[in-house]
Amino acid sequence: MAKILVFSETSGETVKSVTFEILGKLAGHTVDVAIVGDMGANATADLAKYGAANVHNLKGANLDKYSPEGYANALKEFIGSNYDYVFAGATSLAKDLMPRLAGMFDAGMASEVTNFVMEGDNFAGTRPLFAGKVLAKVELDGPKPGFVTVRPNALGMPEAPTAGAGAANEVAANAGDIKAAIKEIVKGASEKLDLTEANVIVSGGRAMKSAENFKILEELAEVLGATVGASRAAVDSGYAPHAMQVGQTGKTVAPSLYIACGISGAIQHLAGMRTSKVIVAINTDPDAPIFTKADYGIVGDLFQIVPILKEELKKVL
Amino acid sequence: MNIFVCIKQVPDTETKITPNGDGSYIETSSIKWIMNPYDEFAVEQALLTKAANSGSTVTVVRVGGVKDTEALRTALAMGADDAILVEADDNLDSYMTAKALKGAIEKSGKTPDVIFTGKQAIDDDCLQVPQLLAQMLGMPSVTVVDGCEEAGGSYTLKREVEGGALEVYEVTAPVLIAANKGLNSPRYASLPGIMKAKRKPLAQHSLSDVGVSADDRRVKYSGFQLPPEKPAGKKFDAMDEAAQAGVVAEVVKLLREEAKVI
Repeated sequence: MAKILVFSETSGETVKSVTFEILGKLAGHTVDVAIVGDMGANATADLAKYGAANVHNLKGANLDKYSPEGYANALKEFIGSNYDYVFAGATSLAKDLMPRLAGMFDAGMASEVTNFVMEGDNFAGTRPLFAGKVLAKVELDGPKPGFVTVRPNALGMPEAPTAGAGAANEVAANAGDIKAAIKEIVKGASEKLDLTEANVIVSGGRAMKSAENFKILEELAEVLGATVGASRAAVDSGYAPHAMQVGQTGKTVAPSLYIACGISGAIQHLAGMRTSKVIVAINTDPDAPIFTKADYGIVGDLFQIVPILKEELKKVL
Repeated sequence: MNIFVCIKQVPDTETKITPNGDGSYIETSSIKWIMNPYDEFAVEQALLTKAANSGSTVTVVRVGGVKDTEALRTALAMGADDAILVEADDNLDSYMTAKALKGAIEKSGKTPDVIFTGKQAIDDDCLQVPQLLAQMLGMPSVTVVDGCEEAGGSYTLKREVEGGALEVYEVTAPVLIAANKGLNSPRYASLPGIMKAKRKPLAQHSLSDVGVSADDRRVKYSGFQLPPEKPAGKKFDAMDEAAQAGVVAEVVKLLREEAKVI
């Protein structure tokens, strides 16, 4: 059976949920988890519930905060020849780290798969290319271990997870030589989940007409616990920052609910949000392309509909 | 200062993508190719860095098909000094691409002080080549960069992470910097620039010239297919103000009882 390691991150005291999605998908295999630096008090117990056999906590000087070289050096030494595959959620950190680590092993990496199976000892994944305009099967070749990142929200949380042993193990790790180090972290404007991890997204397009008008989307998002996004047209018009852009030159998202307000549905945008499970579109143009992708389309003026929707949701949530 | 920029040529974002006959890749015959959008920010940052450091040169490198060298000519017309093309298929994997870029940079005889790339190519969306190339060259890298200040070979870089937060890195050259949208405003190529670009040196190598063989493939793709189409959804007319409350209530009910997402 393939020996598998899942690299995990915590956000404060909470293990990122994509780790649980990956563990659920690997049920039936013996899977270890590795976390670098401070991992919070409950991480081991939480990971055990979802099937982690061993939880390895890599600690050492200069590993208290992320650096691409420090984390890669520490993990390289720990992984050695002990694992056939290393999985991680496709977070900002892992997307930066995993290719460097793969390079250290001269190994292959499959980026941001949306599904996968283990065929015997071998990984076979599905991944969107061209921002989701096509799908392809992806397999890895060359030296072990193979590296894989998984798009958050794509696999879904396991319904009945198998518990693992969850044996805690502290590992003395070496960050090695760090040339690019973080001097400071500037907090983002939003305390909400990032678009790539959000379960519900409310997005605005060119029809929002101004940055101020995004306030009504924020109010709707507040009721839903959603993150606010924007189309390229809205970003290029200066209504929203690029960090909010959903689409081929923005973020690719996979929420369970995506509410598109005043977005016509350019191919660029559809590519970035088409893996949303349920799509609601609000647009005055009944022929807007967004309606061909929407599960529920409302032909109407978003400035009238969004406030009514907010009040209606308040009643039921 | 030896400044390098790595660029890729990709299908235009508005292009409809279809799988080829045997599903081994996409149909490339009728595609309009453009410079990868994130690479435009990389080229611009290279030119800004050159302008601030007299005596610097900008070398632009691309691995890809030979039938169309438009993206390299565009970079030269924007102000890059010379270009290197490694002739290859358009569907190399990230490992082969990074190894070819490394080989091409080494073959140039110039040691890079800084390498700029886009944060990812919008065709394979792998986001691997910058880090792999840096690792292969033994350089630090900072990716998804939307702020870059340089003074005397020392860089302060802002990297966008979750929730719009920024990690601020300090690093001394040599370094590889992968650009995000928002880093700068890429210039347009001027007409004199376009005329001049035609006379700028463009070296061409084969994959084997830069030390890459078929054995370097690490990622195998197959079964390219269009994503499944969703069945047609339900559409409600709420242009009339009198209908709005009823429509919204109905949609909320469907989200709760049919779609079960709230």
